[in-house]
Amino acid sequence: MKICVLVKQIPGSEATFNVTPDGRWIQESGLPFEMNESDIYALEEALQIREKMGEGEVFVVTLGPDRCQKTIREALAKGADRAIHIKEEAPFCTDPLTIASVFTQVIREENPELVLSGLQSDDLGFGQTGVLIGEMLGMTTATLVVATEIQDEDIRVKRELEAGWFQWQTMKLPASLAIQSGLNTPRYPSLRGIMTARKKEIKDVSFNDLRNVDFLQSFKKLSIQHAEKHTEMIEGSVDEIVSKLVNVFKNEIRIN
Amino acid sequence: MMDILVVLENKSGSIHRMSLEAISGAQQIGEECGLSVGILALGENASALAADASQYSVEEVLYLENENLNSYTADGYSAAVAQVISAENPHYVFFGHTYQIRDYVPRISAKLKRPFLNDVVSYTVDGGKPTFYKQSFNSKLVSELQTSGDGPVLVSFQSAAYSSENIQNGSASTRSVNVDLDASVIKTTPEEPFQKEAGGVDLSKADLIVSIGRGIGKEENIPLVQELAKVIGAELASSRPVVDSGWLPSHHQVGSSGQTVAPKLYLALGISGAIQHVVGMKGSKNIVVINKDPDAPLFEIADYGVVGDILEIIPKLTEALNG
Ligand SMILES: Cc1cc2nc3c(=O)[nH]c(=O)nc-3n(C[C@H](O)[C@H](O)[C@H](O)COP(=O)(O)OP(=O)(O)OC[C@H]3O[C@@H](n4cnc5c(N)ncnc54)[C@H](O)[C@@H]3O)c2cc1C
Repeated sequence: MKICVLVKQIPGSEATFNVTPDGRWIQESGLPFEMNESDIYALEEALQIREKMGEGEVFVVTLGPDRCQKTIREALAKGADRAIHIKEEAPFCTDPLTIASVFTQVIREENPELVLSGLQSDDLGFGQTGVLIGEMLGMTTATLVVATEIQDEDIRVKRELEAGWFQWQTMKLPASLAIQSGLNTPRYPSLRGIMTARKKEIKDVSFNDLRNVDFLQSFKKLSIQHAEKHTEMIEGSVDEIVSKLVNVFKNEIRIN
Repeated sequence: MMDILVVLENKSGSIHRMSLEAISGAQQIGEECGLSVGILALGENASALAADASQYSVEEVLYLENENLNSYTADGYSAAVAQVISAENPHYVFFGHTYQIRDYVPRISAKLKRPFLNDVVSYTVDGGKPTFYKQSFNSKLVSELQTSGDGPVLVSFQSAAYSSENIQNGSASTRSVNVDLDASVIKTTPEEPFQKEAGGVDLSKADLIVSIGRGIGKEENIPLVQELAKVIGAELASSRPVVDSGWLPSHHQVGSSGQTVAPKLYLALGISGAIQHVVGMKGSKNIVVINKDPDAPLFEIADYGVVGDILEIIPKLTEALNG
C-alpha cells in the first residue's frame, strides 16, 4: 500500500511570538521549530500500517521554507521512505483551499491509496487540509481518527466524537484521514535510521510554480491575545511564592 | 431569501448546544449588519428539529429529510448542504465548531470553492460587513481573517463565542427543501456510536482539582502531583498530552474531548491553555496557573498566576500544605 503523510513544521508551544511590522506573520528568528504534534501520530500510524502489511511505501509531503528540512529528515529517520518538499518563502500562504490545491497536484501524480495528516496544525489551526485534499482527489475522508484497520478494498476507522463517545466507520479506499493525537506510541529515530535518512530522496518542488488558484482567505493581521480577567500575579523566591500560594488557598479560595 | 444561513447539528434528537450559540451569533451579527437569518435542519427527524427552531426570531427554518442522510456521513452531509447553499445562495453560512463540522464542512468549501473560516471567536463590523477573528499560534495570537471572491462564506464559531442565553425568541415559518442525493455518493458505512465505559472519577462534581499538563515533563514526576492532590483533598486531572503519553488514564482528561469541570479551585500546573483545554475548565471559580512561560495563554483566564518552575514549586507546596 502506498501511503502519503502530510508533515508540517511549526513553532513550539513555549515560543514567545512577536508579530512582523506588516502584521501578517510572526518574527521567526530565534524561535524553536518542531514537527506538529498530530502529524507525529499520523506518521507513526503510516509506519505501523506498512509494517503490519509487510509491504508498501510511506512518503511524506511538507510545505514550508528551507528550515523544514530538519523536520523532513526527522520523518525519514523514523522510517519514511522518501519525501517531497514543497518550498515556500515568506509571506506564507494562509488560505486552506490554495494550500490543499497545491498538495493535491503533488499527491495526484503519486496516486496513493491512503493520505494521512494530523488533524490540525497548532500554528494556523485550520484543521482543513486533509479533508480538502480528500474531497479534491475524490477520496473518502474522516477526521479525529483514533484507530485504523485495513480491510481489502476498505478501511475501517474509529472516530472520536464529543464527550467520550466514539464511532467506527468503514470507508472505501482511497481515503484521506486526519489523525487525532494519542492513537499510537510514536517511535524515536534510531541511530541507524538517522544514518540512512541522509541517503533518502527529498524532491523539491516550488509552491509558486504549483499555485493555480487565487487566495480566498488569508490572515490580514495578527495580534497578541488580550487578558479576559484580572490576574493577581504571585511573585518572589520559590519559598515566598509557596507561602503566598498557601495563603491564597486557605484564606482567599478557602479550600478547606 | 436569507443572508445568513445557520446549519443545525442534531444531537440525539435535539439542537446541539453550539448550534444554538451559532443562532445567537447570527441574530446579533444580522442585527448589526442588517442581514436576515435563516436556519437549516437536516437528517433524520429534521422536521421536528425545524419545529423546535421555529420558536427563534429568524426569517425562515428549512428542513431537509432524505433517506441517505438518516445516519451522518461526511459524504452525504457535505453533498447535501452544498446543494442547499447553492440553491439558497446566502452571504454567510454559520455553524458551531463541533467535531461533526470539522469532519464535513471543509468538503463543502472544496465543492463550492468558497472559504471556510473555522473556529471563529469574535467579529467586528465595519461598513455593515462583519470581519471575523480566530485564534492561532497555540492560542497565543488572534488573527483577523480576510476573504475575497463572490459567493457564500462559511464560518464556524468556537464554543462559547456567543451565549445561547441571548437567543431571541419569535416565530418563524418552516419550509421543506430537497436535494438530489444518489446512494452511490455515500462510500462510508457508519456503525453505532458508543461511549467508553466511564472509569474512575466524575471530575464534573469535584470541588478541588489539581491539573497537570505536559510541563510535568515525564511519567516519573506524576507521584509529585498525586501527593499534592492528596494533601489538599483534590482530584487529579490533566491535559490531553498527559493522557496521550500514557502517564494518566483517559478519565483524567479535561477539555473538549475530555470532561468539563467547574470546581472551586482549578490549579493548573504546566498547562499552556490551548482552546480545547480551556473550554473544559473555563467555568472554574478560581483558576490558579503555574507556568514557566509568562506568555502561556492560560494566564489570560487566571485569577492567580505564578511564573515559575512547577518541579521546584510542587514539592515545597505539598510540604507547606501538609504542615
Ligand atoms: C479536536 C481536538 C481536541 C482536543 N481535546 C483536548 C482536550 O480535551 N484536552 C486538552 O487538554 N487538550 C485537547 N486538545 C489538545 C490541545 O490542542 C493542546 O495540544 C493541549 O491542551 C496542550 O496540552 P498542554 O498544555 O499540557 O501542553 P503544551 O501546550 O505543550 O504546554 C505545556 C506547558 O507547560 C509549560 N511548562 C513546561 N515545563 C514547565 C515547568 N517545569 N514548570 C512550569 N511550566 C512548565 C510550558 O511553558 C507550556 O506552557 C485537543 C486538540 C484538538 C485538535
